Formats: sequence, structure tokens, C-alpha cells
Amino acid sequence: MRAASSLVFGRMERSGSLDNKAIAVHMESITKTFGRVVANKDVNLDVYRGEILALLGENGSGKTTLMNMLSGIYYPDEGKIFVNGQEVLIRSPKDAHALGIGMVHQHFKLVDVLTATENIVLGLKGRLDLKESAKKIRQICDRYGFEIDPDQKVYDMSVSQKQTVEIVKILFRGADILILDEPTAVLTPQEADRLFDVLRNMRDDNKAIIIITHKMQEVQSLSDKVAILRKGQYIDTLVTRETPISQMTKLMVGRKTELNIERPEPKDPKPRIVVENLTVRSIDGIERLSDVSFTANSGEILGIAGISGCGQKELLEAIAGLQPAESGNIFYIEDDGSKDQLLGLDALKIQEKGVALSFVPEDRLGMGLVANMNLADNMMLRSFRKGHSMFTDRVAPKKLAETVVEDLNVATPDIETPVRKLSGGNVQKILVGREIASAPTVLLTAYAVRGLDINSSYTIYNLINRQKERGVAVIFVGEDLDVLMELCDKILVLCGGKVSGILDGRTADKDEIGMLMMKVGGGD
Amino acid sequence: MNNHKEPLFHIVKREEMIWYRAWGIRLIAIVAALIVCAILTTVLTGDNPIQVYATIIKGAFGSKRKAWITFQDLSVLLIIAVALTPAFRMRFWNIGGEGQVLIGGLSAAACMICLGDRLPNWLIIVCMVCSSLIAGAIWGFIPAFFKAKWNTNETLATLMLNYIATQLVAFYTIVWEVPKGSGKIGIINQNSNIGWLPDLFGNKYILTIVVALIVTIGMTIYLRYTKHGYELIVVGESENTAHYVGIKVEKVVIRTMMMSGAICALAGLLLVGSINHTVTTTIAGGQGFTAVMVSWLAKFDPLAMIGTSLLIVFLERGAGEISTTFHLNHSFSDILTGIILFFIIGCEFFIQYRIAFHKKEGRRG
Amino acid sequence: MLELILALFPRAVVQGIPLLFGSTGETLTEKAGNLNLGIPGVMYVGAISGVIGSFFYEQSVGDGQLNGFLAIAIPMACSLLGSFLMGLLYSFLTVTLRANQNVTGLAMTTFGIGFGNFFGGSLILIAGADVPSIALSRTSAFFSKSLPFADRCGVLGKLFLSYGFLAYLAIFVGFATSRILRHTRVGLHIRSVGESPATADAAGINVMRYKYFCTCIGCMIAGLGGLYYVMDYACGVWSNDAFGDRGWLAIALVIFTIWRPSVGVFASILFGGLYILYLYIPSGMDHMEYKELYKMIPYVVTLIVLVITSMRNKRENQPPASLGLSYFREDR
Repeated sequence: MRAASSLVFGRMERSGSLDNKAIAVHMESITKTFGRVVANKDVNLDVYRGEILALLGENGSGKTTLMNMLSGIYYPDEGKIFVNGQEVLIRSPKDAHALGIGMVHQHFKLVDVLTATENIVLGLKGRLDLKESAKKIRQICDRYGFEIDPDQKVYDMSVSQKQTVEIVKILFRGADILILDEPTAVLTPQEADRLFDVLRNMRDDNKAIIIITHKMQEVQSLSDKVAILRKGQYIDTLVTRETPISQMTKLMVGRKTELNIERPEPKDPKPRIVVENLTVRSIDGIERLSDVSFTANSGEILGIAGISGCGQKELLEAIAGLQPAESGNIFYIEDDGSKDQLLGLDALKIQEKGVALSFVPEDRLGMGLVANMNLADNMMLRSFRKGHSMFTDRVAPKKLAETVVEDLNVATPDIETPVRKLSGGNVQKILVGREIASAPTVLLTAYAVRGLDINSSYTIYNLINRQKERGVAVIFVGEDLDVLMELCDKILVLCGGKVSGILDGRTADKDEIGMLMMKVGGGD
Repeated sequence: MNNHKEPLFHIVKREEMIWYRAWGIRLIAIVAALIVCAILTTVLTGDNPIQVYATIIKGAFGSKRKAWITFQDLSVLLIIAVALTPAFRMRFWNIGGEGQVLIGGLSAAACMICLGDRLPNWLIIVCMVCSSLIAGAIWGFIPAFFKAKWNTNETLATLMLNYIATQLVAFYTIVWEVPKGSGKIGIINQNSNIGWLPDLFGNKYILTIVVALIVTIGMTIYLRYTKHGYELIVVGESENTAHYVGIKVEKVVIRTMMMSGAICALAGLLLVGSINHTVTTTIAGGQGFTAVMVSWLAKFDPLAMIGTSLLIVFLERGAGEISTTFHLNHSFSDILTGIILFFIIGCEFFIQYRIAFHKKEGRRG
Repeated sequence: MLELILALFPRAVVQGIPLLFGSTGETLTEKAGNLNLGIPGVMYVGAISGVIGSFFYEQSVGDGQLNGFLAIAIPMACSLLGSFLMGLLYSFLTVTLRANQNVTGLAMTTFGIGFGNFFGGSLILIAGADVPSIALSRTSAFFSKSLPFADRCGVLGKLFLSYGFLAYLAIFVGFATSRILRHTRVGLHIRSVGESPATADAAGINVMRYKYFCTCIGCMIAGLGGLYYVMDYACGVWSNDAFGDRGWLAIALVIFTIWRPSVGVFASILFGGLYILYLYIPSGMDHMEYKELYKMIPYVVTLIVLVITSMRNKRENQPPASLGLSYFREDR
């Protein structure tokens, strides 16, 4: 085993001391634009060997784009990249690979119908000897305590197994510059800890490691240095242990975390949506929600906090009639107190039942709107069935589109423009505008302000607050705890598909929520 | 690594091209294709290119009869292309137009032959219309059902159904052959004209043209203004969205494909009942496939298909004339059509993408 | 019964070989994610290119003796070149220019069949030759030459040794393609390109190159099917549209074998048998119509296989996941 690992980690012998670190990657004035969107502007970055660098930034700050340019997925519009002090051109992942750069993407790049071994040796040269490769893979696994079966097909694997395959793939190739894009987002805490151990080992092997994250706790426990991006711009690189969290946060967010979101007092809250013992499984049989119970009141905003992928999506979709549940109840309580079971009904039946339920999904252009349709046609999505005529009513949606554009200050040339051409904030205004236009009694929102600029975010907060004042029961799934704490009346914390706590939004403490988010491991 | 050269260019998706520039590019492609075709024809015939173009135009519109036939061919192709369009808008690759046309024609012929003397003529025609529409709808239903239920690849399924229909026609051709042993049906009810669709305005070409216009305009309205049309476009754009607003994707897929098949069958009905008065395995003549291209070239807009099918039919008939005039084999027109299609297919790239050249200098080796 | 099999089997093989070439070529193409519906056209071009080459060779030799090597090499080279160019055209349009694969394939079929029938019908006219029709029996004799001792091997000789060399080449290519796809690095890369080009790209595989490579090689293999048909099966006689729907049957065969060329070797014989089964059905000439129904069987069976594999939804038996889609790296 020793012999094999020295083969794999051939560079170990040459490892220098930590104090005398060699520069692995130097990126200089990197700029990348997609159409009108500037993803990275003038970014500089230095990565040293024997060091873990955390690339910190909010969602949409351009972290992944920057790293994609290092791994050959994108080609920068401007700027230079140096690897080991030499200027290089990384035109394809192959070039990156040749330079010893390996990246584990957030969305795994694996071929489902192939085995772990086949995936790991994909793209290498020489004769194909799967048995020999499998042996080598087992050795790597033994060394780090990974558990994968080299002959297992990827479509049979769990998410964390897939991630393991990705990491082993990079190690197998002897990469010495590793990039991991939010690796813990899909892992249980235990799995994450194990991953961190591996990463520390690799650091001690004198590899350069970059971990993309927006979680402060990971930065603290793992990284040696932290580079901060904000809105595509490079802010600074700091030594982790010399930098207080508050400063990192400040640099990352760029403003004080005091948001001053208004929070009107709830008027006459009554139960509106009652969820009892809801359990949901995905198609492949994995439990996404387990025994979830809560009540959402009218005139209140119920915030849902949790690490991404803890069942938020499934919860909202189950209420909206898009996700079949295994067991449990979802009741809609009318003003007169009568109960309607929503579970088992699809979106259309819920609508036909007279339940005015609006849903702002996370995937705006892939689910909430039709990207290629214009504003007016998108307004019709909810209302096109109205009336008995076989023809659609074109007048009302047009009017609605005009109203929304005017009321919410949507920046668009006209209402005939396809929504895909609008910016993220304007897209969201259109979507929210449509959803509240039907005068709902229940409003579900998922990551309503993700990727939005500050002004748009506040517009959305305001819209949600107006709905609350109208007596709507709002369920607000969010990722920014500060927002949740300032906007919501109650905060439900999900962890691994279970409710780990329900807190009062006015008194909740950030650390407490953070603890609850980590409380129940997804694996047990 | 550092001796790598800067990539000369890379390809970037365009935002959206203004429509007249896009059509400008397409026009350039067609002109380029025509030039290539002319050169090819000149090489093979030794005639001068101008003469070649003149012959093409003569072939399509040279006489009153030729012009009528051009419009009739155009109409049939147009009906099929329009029929396939809703499926394409739904991202359902129905390349089974050929089979749906055949099965429609076969059903119409069956009514003409089997009910020939038993029912009044008008009732037979009603039966023909109904049976061919139903047959086409069934032919559309089969792949749609499997697609909706088990996500069976529709391109391959519709392709197989083409040949099942062809063999069915071949089978009945022999069952009904007149005279026995000839291997073909011949003109059905030649003397009694039973089941022949009526001429409009005393002109046998007009019926097909009128039907084509009705179908085209009807489809435009269906896609733009009806609830069904709206639903199928949403399904095509994003199944997720359809699901989100409570559209039943399976239902829409099946309904749309049945309609698509039925309209294709309508073309078959016209081919049998009004144009040829017989049915053969080649009666669709590959138009089920050509229609895919017509529809695609028109960006799935039924009205634009009038233009694209005119282009294709014009070229086919013109190229046919070249074949005759210069004593070339008739398949020459397929070659020319192919070349023109390649150019048009290729030019779409320049409408959707642009090539960005790098303009950085002063790099060290 | 034995006699029936003895009579049917060699004819089934002969019928099956063009399908086998076609389906092997198409499988290779589809494994790399390209749904080439131009295969029927490619097979026509492969056939006519060979015919053109051999026609001019025979004309140039006149009444003299044909050189055995040239008589085979010239049509082979022409056929391979013709179908290679078709493959190149398809790849250029769909891979480089990212055109819709269905539309491009159908246009190729229109073009290819037109090309074949045009030159088949006009070759004599264009070449100004003094012959009544294209009958390349002398070249064909070389193509259909079976092993000299086949006759002396009795039943086994008739069943297994009585075919021209292209038949053995077809079987060899079928098994070789299967082996390459399953057990070599190139094959692994091809499969990954067809399943998930983005993944393959990220792994440093040149997606474009593989797509070009597979499509061109696939077309060349398929083109040989056309060549075999005209040179061996049809004894060197070209008649327009005689090749019929065999190209589509080859595509059906790809689905029927669930993208496995080694299975294709046997399935093609089965399909070939079904194609001519009517000749051996006792009802004989009274009911010619049934032959058309027998000819339908391959398509019906293929449709059923397609539906059943999608019902069972076993991942290995599905079409390559990116089949029919063009790949653009910065799309995501």
C-alpha cells in the first residue's frame, strides 16, 4: 500500500516546508462576461502549495466562474493565468489537467451508466486496464478511508458516494492543485468532517487546495487563507487565523448586516396551512422530508431556514401539489374554520378547489416562467384556463403585465420582450408580481431574493410584507439568516429533512439557528 | 505549456439577431446554394447557368398546368409540415409524417374500394374523411402514448411506424390489386368516380389548395390563440413549468400528437381522394421527411411555412425540369434539393452564434 | 426442415450483411451521440461510389483481363471515400455548425438517395459509354468469390463459407466494433461522449474530435453495406431504388440490438431471414400479400423492443443520453 500511494502521490517526496511555500497559481486581472452580465471583473488571485485557500463570497459573486476558468471550462475574456510561475493558456479541461489542476464541480461530472472505475479513468491515455485501475482506486480509498465500490455504476450511488468518486478521480490523476466547489452542500456533517480530514492530508502533501464556499464555519475550521469576492470583484486575501469573522463577513457582504427590513405586526393570525407528519421520498426512494409538522398562520411570515438541500424544495412542492408525499396531512383552513386536505391533489385540483395558493419557485426561468415567452404570455400561465371559450384571453394578461411593469419598476423595453432577456431582479419581479396578482391566501416563496441586487431585494420584501398585511399566510424559504431574522415572524429550521426547531423571529439568535441547522445529521 | 498558441477564435452565442439580418443571412445561403447548384448543373450538362435558372423557373411556372401542379404539390407539403409543427413546438420529434400520410390515404382508399357500391357517394366521402382522420390520429397516438407513459424515444418510434404503414399499404395493394398479379391498385372507381373528392370551382387543383390554406391559418390560430395551443407550447418550452401550473403533460402530448397525425392523414386523404385516386407505397413520396425540414426552416411558424414549402417545391419542380430538359435522371432534383438544404441548415449557425476573434498581442512565447 | 434452413440461412445471411454494415456504422455513430438519420443516403452513396469507380475501371480495361486487386481496391476505395465525405458533411453541419441532427440527417438521406439514383441512371450518359446498362459482373465476380474449398465442405461449407469476403468483413467489423466500444479506452471515451458530452469534456476528452471520428468511420462502415449489396448481392447490376428501405431497416436494427454490434451480427441474419421468409412459406404464390406482412415484422419487433426497453427503464439499455443533441461547451 505504501508503494502504491507513493506512486499516486509521487510529489510527496518533494514537498517543501510550509514556511517556504511555492506559488501554485497566480491569476491576474481576469475578466469574464456573459452577454451583458459581468461575472468576473479584474480579479487577482494567488494560491500557494501546502495551503488551503477558501474562496469566499455570496451566491452570484463569481466564485465558480473564476474557478471554471482555472479548470478550462470557460476561457477568460481578459487577463493572465500563471501556473508554477509560468504563464499558461487553459483552453480546455485537458489543458488544466495537464497542469495538474483538478476541480470537483457542484454538479458532478460523472457518466451515470459507467462504473466508478470507468469514470475515474475517463480521459486518461494508454491501454485500458480496468482491473489494474480498480486496484489503484482501492488503494487510494484505503489510504483516505473513502468507501466506494470501483465496479458500482454511478446511477446506483448516493450523492456523497458520487462526490467521493469525483475526488478520487482527481487524486487518481495526481492533480496537485485541487478546486472544490461547495463540497459540503450535499454532505452530512460527519461526511463533511471526513472530507476536511482528507483535505488537510492533501495539504500536508504539499498540494494547493481551493475550496469555494459561503459558509463561514468552513472557512474557519479548514482554510489557511481566505480570498474574498464580491459581485465579481476581487476584494482581498487574508490569513484566516488572523482575521475575525466579522471582518470577513463585512468584506464579503460589503455592508453592515443590519438590514432594516420592515416587519409589521401580524394582525389576527389564524392557522391557514397545517402540515402534519409529512414524509416525502424522492423517486429513487431517498427520504427527503421526514415527519414534518408545523402550522403557517394567516397574516404571518413563516421563514424556513436550513442548509440547501435539506428538504425545503420538497416541502414547498408538496404543499403546492407538485410533489407526491408518502404519508402525512396538509390541511388548508378556510376563514370559517373548515378544513381541506391538499395532499394528493395536484396543482390544478388545488386551484379548482378554490384554494388561492401562489408559489414562487426557486427555479424562476425553468419552472416559474417560460424563458422564451414574452411578459404578457408569462402572465397567462396562471390564468389562461379562465372562461369556457377555447381561446385564451389575451387582454387581461397584457394589462396585468403592464401593471406589474409599472408598479414594480420592471426594467424592460416592452411587454413583448421574452423574459429570458431580463435581468435576474426583473425576472423575479415579474414572477412575484404574477403570483400575487391572483390575490392568494397562501404565498410560498423559495429563495425569493437569490441573485438580486439590494434594491430589488427590498422591493420583494415589501411585496411580501404587503401580502402579509392582507392576511396572506406566507412561507418564505431563505438562505440568508439575517434576512430571515428581520423579515419573518417565525422561523422553522430544517435539517436533513426534519424539523430541528421552530423559533420566534423577533427573539431568535443567529447562533441558535446556526446550531439548529447543524443539529440533526442527514445520515442518521 | 507556455508554448501554446492563443486560440484563434472561440464561438459565442448571440443575444438575438434582428429578424431582417437573420433573413438576410438565409437569403445569402440560398443564393450561394443556387450558385453551387448552377455550377454543378453546368458541369454535368455543359449548358450555361442562366439557362439553368430559366429552366428551373420554367419547370415550376412554365405553363398554367405546371403552375397549378406546383401549387398543388406545395399545398400537400404545406399540410404535412403544418401538421408536424405542433409536435415540434412540443419538442416531440415526430418524423412519422410519412406513415401518418400513408395510413390516412390507405383508410380513404379502403372506404372507396370496400364501400364502393353500397352507400351513397356523399356518405362514402364522409366515411373517408372520418376514417382517415381517425387512422392518422391512431398513428399519432401510438408513439405519443409510449412517450408519455415510458418516455420511449419518439424519433425512433415514429420512424418505425413509417415502415409499418408502408408495409400495410403494400399488403393491401396486393389484396386489392387490379388486375390480379399487376402489383398495383390502379385508379380506384375510374368509371363511377365514387369517393373522388369534388372539384372546387371546376378545377381539380383548388380543393387541395383551399384545404392547405384552411389548415395553415387554423394552425396559426390554434398555436397563437387557443388554450390547447398555449399548453403545448408551455410543455415544449419547459415540462417543469407545465407541471407547476398544473398542465397534464401526458394528456397534452397525446392530444397534440393525435391532432398532428390526423392532419397528416388529411394530406393522405387528399392525395388519394383528390389527386391520385389510387394508393401506392410511394404516394407520400418522402414528403413526410421533407416536411420536417420545411417546418424547421420556417422556425415552426405555420405562415412562414408557405414560403419554405414554396421554396422546396419550386426547387424540386425546377430541378425536375432540368432533368427532363437535359435528359438527366429525375433524381437530379433530389441532389439539388439536398445541396440547398445543406446550405440553409448550415447558415443557421451564423444566426445563432458568432465567432469571436481574440485580439490580444504581445504575448511571450 | 433441415433443407429449409439450409436453403434459408445463406440467403438470410446475404440479406443481412448490408443491414449489419449499416447498423454497425450507425451504432458507432449513435454511441457518440449523433443520431444520423442520413444512413440510408450514406449507404446509397457508398454503393454508387463503388459502382462509379468500378465502372470507369472496367471501361478503361475494355475487354482485357481485370486485375483482381484493382477490381476490388478501386470500388472499395471509392465507396469508402464517398461515404466518408458524407460523414464529414454530417459532422460539419451537426458538430461544428450545431445544426439539428434530425433535419440534417433527413436532408442527407434525400441527397444521398438522389445522388445514388442520379448517377445510377445517368452514369452511362455522362461517361458517354457504349453499354446498355450498368452491369459490372466482372467486378462482381471478384467480390462474390467465395473460398475455393467451400464447395468441398458440404453443408458446413454452404452455410458458413459460401460468401464473398465483404460478408466476413462485416461480421469482423461487427465484433471488432463491439469489442472496441466495450473494452478499449477509445470505446470508453466514445460512450462517455454519447452519454454526457459535458462530462467527457471536463475529463479532457475532445468531444468534437470523437464525434467527427465516430460519424465518419460509422458512415464508411455503413457505405460498405451499400457496396456489398450492389457488388455481391446484386451481382454488380445497379437498378434505381433497388436498395429500398434497407437503410432504415439498419437503423431499426440498431435499436433492436439495443446498441450492441455483436448482437447485430446475429440479429442482422434474423432480419435478413424475415425479409425473405415469405419465399419459404407454404402458402406460396397464392397469397403474395403476406410477404409484405412478413416484411413488416422487423419494424414491429423493433418498435416492441424499443417500448419494452423504455418500460423496463434499465439504464444500460437506453439510447445514449445525449443522442440527437448538439454540444456547446459554454451553453451551460
